[in-house]
Amino acid sequence: METINYQNFRIEAENICVDYNGKVALYDANLRLKPGQICGLVGMNGAGKTTFFNALTGFVNISKGKIRINGESVRSAQKDQTIAYVPQNEGIDSQFPISVWDVVMMGRYGSMNIFRCPRESDVQAVKDAIERVDLTNHLSTPIGNLSGGQRKRTFLARAIAQRASILLLDEPFSGVDIRTEKLISELFIQFKNEGKTILLSTHDMIHVREFCDLVLLINKTVVAYGETSEVFTPENITTTFGGISPDFLFGPES
Amino acid sequence: MEICSFLTFDSFITDPLTHDFMRKALLMSSLVAAVCGFLSSYLTLKGWALMGDAVSHSVMPGVVVAYALGLPFSLGAFIFGVGSVALIGFIKQKSRVKEDTVIGLVFTGFFALGIVLVSKIKSNIDLHSILFGSPLGISLSDVKQTIFISLLVVILLSIFRRDLMLYCFDPRHAKTVGINVFFLHYLLLTCLSLAAVVGLQSVGIILVVAMLITPGATAYLLTDKFDNMTVISVLSAIISSLIGIYVSFWFDLETGGSIVLAQTFIFLFAFLFAPRYGIFKLKKLFAGYK
Repeated sequence: METINYQNFRIEAENICVDYNGKVALYDANLRLKPGQICGLVGMNGAGKTTFFNALTGFVNISKGKIRINGESVRSAQKDQTIAYVPQNEGIDSQFPISVWDVVMMGRYGSMNIFRCPRESDVQAVKDAIERVDLTNHLSTPIGNLSGGQRKRTFLARAIAQRASILLLDEPFSGVDIRTEKLISELFIQFKNEGKTILLSTHDMIHVREFCDLVLLINKTVVAYGETSEVFTPENITTTFGGISPDFLFGPES
Repeated sequence: MEICSFLTFDSFITDPLTHDFMRKALLMSSLVAAVCGFLSSYLTLKGWALMGDAVSHSVMPGVVVAYALGLPFSLGAFIFGVGSVALIGFIKQKSRVKEDTVIGLVFTGFFALGIVLVSKIKSNIDLHSILFGSPLGISLSDVKQTIFISLLVVILLSIFRRDLMLYCFDPRHAKTVGINVFFLHYLLLTCLSLAAVVGLQSVGIILVVAMLITPGATAYLLTDKFDNMTVISVLSAIISSLIGIYVSFWFDLETGGSIVLAQTFIFLFAFLFAPRYGIFKLKKLFAGYK
């Protein structure tokens, strides 16, 4: 097990800009996260949340700025399996003919040989990961036959099997059942204790208050960033959502 | 179109085998079908049916130019196949025209160029055999080339089959764990161009896209496991080829068309009676009678 220096930054994004064929999706965004921190990424649809994730994973190139993952380039973070991405349920072709086991095994691909033949250790990692998300009874179930919550847990298991130290989760709580929500929140606490760093996007304000030490409010650029208790104010939220009050967006209970 | 009433099943199968050109056609078409069927799983899951159509049509001028210059026609086809995709990407990026429109106009443009070239370049290219295939008249050099390309594609797909599956399923994850997505994209395109080249000998340029999507679509209706899907896809492609060639032999029908029709019928059968995903869901029907 690696020794974790809690003072070093896991993620350092400095003034990053991303544009798609001249259309700016994100500009001058900054983020610094340390081990064991959970940060919520909040913004409207099209505010650049997914783009931010894509920049951190290297799925899109940044046009300006700098990203350091554990002090190194995104490229070497990919090689080292440092970052795991847990997609939204909508971002996945649920009809793809593939089982829970196969999806979780994909978490090991990056550290296998070119033929992707699972070694004993890979099989064990996959077994353990599936056990942690409580899907042992569904090893060979096609993902198309899973509920939304089970599918979410499958992809969480993939991230666990990957043994990544940074987890990026796109809407982890959307469309999941109570049981899955409880399991995910327990896992978050375990991840935090293991020194993993978590960045999650969410629409649910309650979850931000409940889980996130830090919050990053974005609307094409950073609107506000800091400790949840300080930054997550109705004023900032309203600014983030283009002047619409949070009550209107999320109901008065939030 | 006379069918002998005394024809037995045995002679239905064995009679054509006495002809050298039929043995060659059956072997070559099965090989081609296997290659296209293998690739077909990936194309249907990736949603590249239209891309398959585009690439297979776009290889036309490449084949003609290569023939005229005395180069291996696979080389010309490959250059134009990949070139068409690059051009589609470029035009899409630099204009406001929607992607399906761009695909449609690029491949028809290439295809038209091919037809014009055939009429202009003095050579012994038989337009009919390019357009509709000529599995019965395949030459020895074509046989060698087909075997070589087929083996190449099968080896490439076999080595990278897991990565390609991941690429089709979740390219973002592939990228995140350091797998070269760019390479996989072009690998799939390369295999597509090469498969189109060998496929066009069997069924011709116009119908080769069927070889590249129908077996995969059939298999997709029959299984929830990727490996099974590949196997079913390959088998259904080979069986269709054999049926198509036999039927065309006995009933004197166009061979390429017969092969593709056989594939279509197998698909329709799966569409209607697939255990889980068919219209009539055979499994449920049987369960009802128990």
